[in-house]
Amino acid sequence: MADLSDLYQQIIIEHNRSPRNFKQLPHPSRAAEGSNPVCGDQIRLEVELDGDRITDIGFQGSGCAISQASASLLTGAVLGKTRPEAEALFQEVHTMLTSGHDAPVDAAHLGKLAALAGVRRFPIRVKCASLSWHTLHAALQAAAEPVTTE
Amino acid sequence: MTSVRQAPAPGTHPAPDLARLRGDFPLLSTTVRGKPLVYLDNAATSQKPRAVIERIERYYATENANVHRGVYELSERATAAYEAAREKARAFLNAASTREVIFVRGTTEGINLVASSWGRPHLQPGDEVLVSALEHHSNIVPWQLACEERGASLRVIPMNRRGELLLEEYARLLTDRTRIVAVAHVSNSLGTINPIADIVRLAHSRGVPVLVDGAQAAPHLRVDVQHLGADFYTVSGHKMFGPTGIGVLYGKAKLLEAMPPYHGGGDMIKSVTFAKTTYADLPAKFEAGTPHIAGAVGLGAAIDYLGALDWEAVTAHERDLLMYATARLEEIPGIRLVGTAAHKASVVSFVVEGVHAHDVGTIVDQEGVAIRTGHHCTQPVMDFFGVPATARASFAFYNTRADVDGLVAALEKVRKVFS
Repeated sequence: MADLSDLYQQIIIEHNRSPRNFKQLPHPSRAAEGSNPVCGDQIRLEVELDGDRITDIGFQGSGCAISQASASLLTGAVLGKTRPEAEALFQEVHTMLTSGHDAPVDAAHLGKLAALAGVRRFPIRVKCASLSWHTLHAALQAAAEPVTTE
Repeated sequence: MTSVRQAPAPGTHPAPDLARLRGDFPLLSTTVRGKPLVYLDNAATSQKPRAVIERIERYYATENANVHRGVYELSERATAAYEAAREKARAFLNAASTREVIFVRGTTEGINLVASSWGRPHLQPGDEVLVSALEHHSNIVPWQLACEERGASLRVIPMNRRGELLLEEYARLLTDRTRIVAVAHVSNSLGTINPIADIVRLAHSRGVPVLVDGAQAAPHLRVDVQHLGADFYTVSGHKMFGPTGIGVLYGKAKLLEAMPPYHGGGDMIKSVTFAKTTYADLPAKFEAGTPHIAGAVGLGAAIDYLGALDWEAVTAHERDLLMYATARLEEIPGIRLVGTAAHKASVVSFVVEGVHAHDVGTIVDQEGVAIRTGHHCTQPVMDFFGVPATARASFAFYNTRADVDGLVAALEKVRKVFS
């Protein structure tokens, strides 16, 4: 039985209330936009790169607590990482979100991001959590088209 | 919970026998997540009475054959059942003739049919199609497609902050360039009941026909297309306690006769040669292919069911639910109602301050309460009110004050999670 406290963990509630790096960058090297047409979640993610390293990151947008908290957690997790490291993390989070609801989560490795695993018991909310990550992936790939999780 | 101070006294009409009515709908006694279902998403789709479910089963068990074709007894039986459903739909809408009653998949197809078969031949570059600010996407996009193809443009009747159309603006927008007006009878996201008779009268004074999206009106109002004067009126079976995949398009015979077919195929022709095809008369001209016979028959049963209700009691009860829900939600700190028209159907859209509608939907679902959250296929309405989404509780006659109490209690959980 799904439990709400799996989904709305304290860290999710807290990041939704006070999102980190909720800002526009003056000179972003890369940017991408993502949307979730059915929910109306929208996000713009901007990245500043020094060579291959993410030296600043900001997001703007609106959406449910899960989408906002996920974006906030993302910015904290990838800041300072290289592009390949960030891409690897994207893959790990993606795998975590799309695996079975009782698949093991490497909390020691993923840290705060492990809180996102709660959405797996709420299949309809998985795309809320993954939106910002797909948008990051698009920004790093410099995809021209806005991404959508539909 | 706080008590309700301004809850209206029950109406003067005798209350409907809710226990008996609810007993007619098997799904209402189900449980979800271990809790009794509180179904408040009737504007998305309604539940089905046993009479409809059993009628569909009986059709398949004893009458199923293709219609309008066979010379054998069974096909005659299927045809009779299908055409009897058309007569029920005619009477339901008070159309003048069954020739004016076209079975379609639903309101969306009804509007697309008119936008295509009426719109394309009539729209010229520079012409205008007039829709309203509170339309469902299904009464916007088909017109955009037709306008784009013909070089015509879409104009929008604005509304005020309560979600009521501005009729003086409507009068101004109605010009020599206006070819058709397409408006909802009842707004699915705001609940507003539009003054269709007035809208039609004004359009007709300029010789402009009117299509009415009646999807949300059919479950709540007694519709009389002749009294309204609508040129086209379309409804969805599944929103009026019938099956999905079936609906009705009413059109005035004179207009339908002049329109080219929408789909080509079997059953809509008089004769076919490779050189020339002559089309069937109304309504068959617009019903190409094997129709949704069981759906039509089920819809007929839904219409019978609705016809047996005490509408005065049902209307008073829905009015009570609307006022009770409005009063109870307004008592909750941080909740703002979206759509506060003076004349409303039993639909309550709201936002919870600081909480996205989808989080609201997920949390109340844990309590067994089913509401719709999102833009309700009315993104322009959401943009107008400056919200990305709303939560919407939409009531049918089988809902109760206890359902409202269930929603309010579940909303208390939302506050707890986000406190």
